[in-house]
Amino acid sequence: MKVAYWPGCVSRGFTPELHGSMAQVAPLLDIELVELDRACCTGAGVIAEHNQELADTLNARTFALAQQVQGAELMMNICSTCQGAQSECQERLDANAEYRAHVNETLAGEGLSYEQGLTNKNFLWLLVEEIGLEELRSRVKRPLTNLKVGPFYGCYIVRPRDRLGIDAERPRDHYLHQVIEALGGTVIDYAGMRKCCGFPIITMNKEASLKQAGRHLGDAVDADADCLVTPCPLCHLNLDLQQPLAEKTVGRDLEMPVLHLPQLVGLALGLEPKELGMSRHVVRPTSVIDWSTSVVGATAPAGASGGW
Amino acid sequence: MAETQTATSAAHTAAPEEFKLRLRRYNPESGEAPYWDEHTIELEPHRSVLEAILQAKDRFDGSIGVRCSCRQAICGSCGIRVNGEPALACHTHLDAALAGSRDGVIEIEPMGNMPVLKDLIVDMDAVHWKKIQRVTPWLIAKQPVPEREYIVPRESMIDVTQTMACIQCGACVSDCLAMEVDPGFIGPAALAKSYRFVGDPRDDQQFERLNDLAQDPEGIFDCTHCFKCVEACPKDVNPMGQIMRLRRIATNDHQIVDKNNGERHEAAFTTLIKDNGLLWEAELLPRSYGGNSWFGKFAPPAGKELLSSLPSIIKALLRGKVTPMGALKPHKIPKQDLKSVQGIFDKVEGREQRYELNLYIAGEDEAPQQGGEDGGETIAASASDPVAAGVTAEPGGKEPDSDPGSEPTDTPTEQRDTEEGLGK
Repeated sequence: MKVAYWPGCVSRGFTPELHGSMAQVAPLLDIELVELDRACCTGAGVIAEHNQELADTLNARTFALAQQVQGAELMMNICSTCQGAQSECQERLDANAEYRAHVNETLAGEGLSYEQGLTNKNFLWLLVEEIGLEELRSRVKRPLTNLKVGPFYGCYIVRPRDRLGIDAERPRDHYLHQVIEALGGTVIDYAGMRKCCGFPIITMNKEASLKQAGRHLGDAVDADADCLVTPCPLCHLNLDLQQPLAEKTVGRDLEMPVLHLPQLVGLALGLEPKELGMSRHVVRPTSVIDWSTSVVGATAPAGASGGW
Repeated sequence: MAETQTATSAAHTAAPEEFKLRLRRYNPESGEAPYWDEHTIELEPHRSVLEAILQAKDRFDGSIGVRCSCRQAICGSCGIRVNGEPALACHTHLDAALAGSRDGVIEIEPMGNMPVLKDLIVDMDAVHWKKIQRVTPWLIAKQPVPEREYIVPRESMIDVTQTMACIQCGACVSDCLAMEVDPGFIGPAALAKSYRFVGDPRDDQQFERLNDLAQDPEGIFDCTHCFKCVEACPKDVNPMGQIMRLRRIATNDHQIVDKNNGERHEAAFTTLIKDNGLLWEAELLPRSYGGNSWFGKFAPPAGKELLSSLPSIIKALLRGKVTPMGALKPHKIPKQDLKSVQGIFDKVEGREQRYELNLYIAGEDEAPQQGGEDGGETIAASASDPVAAGVTAEPGGKEPDSDPGSEPTDTPTEQRDTEEGLGK
C-alpha cells in the first residue's frame, strides 16, 4: 500500500535510527512511503499551547499536502506525539466547517486546502488495521521466541480515547500487545506501560521527569522484561538517551534496552540489528540480540557483545 | 471520556445477575496491611457499581468503608477506581465494569495520589482541598464594585462554564501522573479551578494569579501533558486544556517569564519551527534554559544544564546516535515551503485577537464525516463537504484586546480566546 508518510522531526534528528529502520521495514511489508518532506513540525502540543490556530493551520497544511499524494490510501506517522498533536488539530478542523474554511483561507495563498476526513495512522495502527496481524505473522522470518517485551505506549497514542478512536472494536491501546505476540514474543505487563515518560517536562522539572522515566523502567526490570518497545521517539529519548541520568535519579541500575517499533518488527522480519540502527542506542540492546550469533531472544553472555 | 458507560439495550428489563467484586480493604488504624475481599452480589446489569458496593456492605460486611451521597453523578462523593481506572461509582454500570475487568471480577480500589482513610474513602482534605485553596478559589472583584450587577459579555461567561462543570470528585487528582512523582504539583483540579477566575472578566487579578502559578516550580509548567485528567474527568472539564490556556495567557498576554523555563521553552520551540520548519533538538534544550536566541546556550543556566546532562550527551555521541554535525546544524524544510510556513506564522500571529475553538462550547457540526473510523477510506475525503459555504470565518470588526483595567463592556474584552464562531 502507498502512504503519505510523515516521519516527524525527532526521527530525523536525535533518533535517526527510527526513520532508518522504518525505511528498511516498509518494503518487507509492501508499504510504499511517499515522504511529506515539504511539511513542518506538528508542534508537539507546544505550538498549540502557544497559539491554537497556528498549530491547526500548520497541521492543516500537512494534511493538505498528504491529500495531494496521488494514490495514497492514507497518511502514516511513526511518532505518537505527532499522532496526538495532529489528531487534536484534526478534531477541531473536522468538527467545524466554518473554522476549517477560516484555516483554509490562510492556506489558500499556497494553493492548498484541507478537506475534512483525512485518515492518519501511526505505524502501529496501520500494522494492525491495514496489514493485519495474520499477515504480519505470516511474514515473520525470525520469531522473537522467548523474548520478553514490555510495551511502552506513552500518552499521546492512547489518550484521550474518543479523539483517538479507541473502543472495543479498535482496542488501539492494546495493539502493542497484539503486535509483540504476532511477532512471536512474550508480552510483559508492568505498571508504567501507559504512563508518561516524563519528556514534556524535562526542561521544566528535570527531577520529576527523570523520576517518571526511571520508575517505569524500574517497573519493567522488576517484571523481568528483556526490553521495551515504543511507538514514540520522544519517549525513546527519555527512556533511552536519558537512562543514565534516570538511573541516578531513582538510585538503581536499569540497563533496559528500548526499541523503536519498526526495529522490533524488523528483527522479526529477518533484518540485522545493525541495519536497524540498534547499535546507536545509549543502552545496548544486548539482551535482545546476541550480536555474535544473531539469535533472537537469547540473552548475550557478558562480554559476548563484540561490536557494540 | 466523560460518556456515561451505557448499559446494553433492554437492560432495564433484564433480570438480576451475579457480579463478583474484588474490594481493596485497608484500615490504617488497625496497623494491618491492605488486603483484597471478594463478594458476589446480585443486581441487574444496568445498575451501578455503587449499588453493588452498597449491597455487599448490606449483605456481607457492614464494615466496608465507602463515601456516597447523591447517587446521580452530581455530588462528586463516590470517586473510586474501577479496574484501575478512575470513575464515579454511581456513574459506572455493572455490565460496563465487567467488560473492563481483567478476569471477570470487577476490581474496586480507592482513588490514588491521596492517603486512604478507610477502604474506599480517601483523605480529600489532605490533598485535593488543600490544592484548591492554593489557587485562591474566589473572585477578587474589580473596583469599584458596581451598585447592581457587573455587566459582562455573554461569551466570556460561556468560556468559563467548562471549568464550572467540575464537581470536585478528585478523579483527575487521583490519576495525575505529574503528582505521582511530584506530590507538590498543584494539579489538574485546582488549576482548572484557577482558570475559572483567570477567565472571568470580573476578576481583578489575572496577572497576579498567572504570575503566581507560573513562577511556582510546581505550578502550570509542571504538567506533563499526559491527558490522564482529560480522560478521568466525568464532567468533561478538560483540566489539561485549561492548564494550557493558563500557560497561553501567561506567556502571550502578560509576557510572564517564569523561572521554570516554561515560557523560554515555548518561545524557543516556536521560534525554531518558524526558522527551520522542523525541530532542532540540540538548540532547543540550551535555549529553554538560557534564553530564546542563538546566544542562549552561553547563558549560565544553559551551561549548568549542559554539565548535568554530560553523561547522556557523551554516551549519545559515542554510540553515533547524535553526530556533532547533526547537533550543530538544523535540518530544514525546502526554502519555498519554509517561506509558506513563515507566512502562516506571520498571518496567524499577526492577528489582533487569538482564535480558539473550544469544542466543548462550539460542539460539532451535524453528522461530521469521521476520519479514520472505517478502514478502507481514501486519504482525500470525498469533496462533499460544503466548505463552509458562504460562512466567513474571518472576524469582522476585530475588537482590540482591551486593557485589563477597563470597564466590562459588550465587547469580548477579557475574553481573549473567543470561543464561538471565531469571534464573529
